[in-house]
Amino acid sequence: MSSAKTFRVLPGFRLTLGYTLIYLSLLILIPLAAVFLKTAELSWGEFIAVVTAPQVVATYKLSFGASLLAAAINAVFGLLLAWALVRYSFPGKKLVDALVDLPFALPTAVAGIALTALYAKNGWLGQYLEPLGIKVAFAPLGVLVALVFIGLPFVVRTVQPILEDLDTELEEAAASLGAQRWQTFRYVLLPILLPALLTGFALAFARAVGEYGSVIFIAGNLPFVSEITPLMIITKLEQYDYRGATAIASVMLLFSFVLLLLINGLQAWTAKRTGRDR
Amino acid sequence: MSSRFRRIAVALRRSVLAPVLLVSGGALAQTTLLNVSYDVSRELYKDVNPAFAAAWKAQSGNTVTINQSHGGSSKQAGAVIGGLEADVITMNQSPDIDILVERGGLVAADWRKQFPHEATPYTTTSVFLVRKGNPKNIKDWDDLTKPGYQVIVPNPKTSGNGRYTYLAAWGYALDRTGSDAGARDFVGKLFANVPVLDGGGRGATTTFTQRDVGDVLVTFENEAILIAQELGSSKFDIVYPSLSIDAAAPVAVVHKVAARRGTEKVARAYLDFLFSPAGQEIIAKHDFRPRDASVLKKHAAKFPAIRTFTVEQKLGGWAAVQKTHFADGGLYDQIIRKR
Repeated sequence: MSSAKTFRVLPGFRLTLGYTLIYLSLLILIPLAAVFLKTAELSWGEFIAVVTAPQVVATYKLSFGASLLAAAINAVFGLLLAWALVRYSFPGKKLVDALVDLPFALPTAVAGIALTALYAKNGWLGQYLEPLGIKVAFAPLGVLVALVFIGLPFVVRTVQPILEDLDTELEEAAASLGAQRWQTFRYVLLPILLPALLTGFALAFARAVGEYGSVIFIAGNLPFVSEITPLMIITKLEQYDYRGATAIASVMLLFSFVLLLLINGLQAWTAKRTGRDR
Repeated sequence: MSSRFRRIAVALRRSVLAPVLLVSGGALAQTTLLNVSYDVSRELYKDVNPAFAAAWKAQSGNTVTINQSHGGSSKQAGAVIGGLEADVITMNQSPDIDILVERGGLVAADWRKQFPHEATPYTTTSVFLVRKGNPKNIKDWDDLTKPGYQVIVPNPKTSGNGRYTYLAAWGYALDRTGSDAGARDFVGKLFANVPVLDGGGRGATTTFTQRDVGDVLVTFENEAILIAQELGSSKFDIVYPSLSIDAAAPVAVVHKVAARRGTEKVARAYLDFLFSPAGQEIIAKHDFRPRDASVLKKHAAKFPAIRTFTVEQKLGGWAAVQKTHFADGGLYDQIIRKR
């Protein structure tokens, strides 16, 4: 406090840090600790048996695979959307901008039912897709569609502010120095956008892994085919197997934590490489 | 300074006392009961509650308000274990009440003996709903195992409705093939024909009726009658198999809670009311099969005679069924793996 070096214009370091710690503990650490504590009631052998049961392993593949794929799709198309919203003006732009947030606000069950109605074989889109042999509703593809839907806003909303700060002069300078269009994008724009894009990707992925409400309506929920991991947890809960449920939950948490850590590391690395904090 | 302090003290005391007075005033004026129930009994109890309140007023002179809470039955039982203050619990399968005996002794162990008919005021049974005119000519359980037939059933792991369907098919196959191995093969074939496993009965209804998926929906009779009414009997027909399961809905007083809240007497009266002719009449109106023979006879047009068996008669009781069929790695899991 007395040191001049650490003097800050606004006081309150202790207050804010203390508040942060209490807040995080109450909201995140304690509930998560409870998950691991309940899991610890199982013996190691029982734990392994629960979390490596073939039916459960099949759900990891679908849940994490579909979530990664959905986040990747959103990274591409979310960037496109953000670009269009920032760089061009067109009638109804404000409306489109507001529409992007809808997946945030919509109850996920509503989204699931709407998507199922749309893609079922008697739905608006399903009636044309199903004759072509493309089955969306009640198939693993439906899971992907639902996850893309709920993850979209994350990428758009993280990339948008960076794009807004980005001057078109940079692109003009690149062009005047002889860069081709692809080079301008690849070597000028992308390095600047990449950290934000990765953040958006990570958020969309994390959201998709935990998603239950919308997926459950469209997936069909067939064992070994279209069951997601959160459904396994619910199934265990329905049978009063609280320990089994928390065991699977803790595996999901660990998986997600490691993946998010990797993505964050990648983000820090790209930020450092391009000489930007963000 | 001191007057300001006093004012704050008074304000504080008032703010603490006011809710206390309100609560005690409310308790004097009337009793409340909380009925924690499963999902599709919502409409039934909406009708039962005012009828009971009126009967209770006439009988004892007291006013009672009944609050309802509905949701997936296992989730509801879990909430009661977790501290939801239910005076009575009304479910669609007895394991969801047995769990309250096991965990925390919330319900008396002999709850089945406290009311008539093993404490089950009504039953329903698993029946088939097919598309109008029965284009695939589905008559009995055998038809559901044929290749090329799509059967819609809710997930037996998460839904009582699905569990009864599975057990009904198993019981039928036991009679038909005479062995557990035969039954396993039969039910395995049936579940190989299931293209979608919804979480609950209502979800399966939506898949079959709105999404147009499947040739036959196996569901509770009350749900099938409701679909025929709501969506018009011009679109669906109900088919009664030659044998099905007796899906009795159990009820119990949550003794631990009722004793603490002083509501034991009225809670008992509430559940007794379900067995009374007036209660049975409301039950029949809501498409559940009443226990009272004369009420059942009155509604015979709605409830055709069907041969049924109980879980106790054919499958050794719920505890055995849970263990051999639905536990992790049990027969259901094995069947699903082989599909």
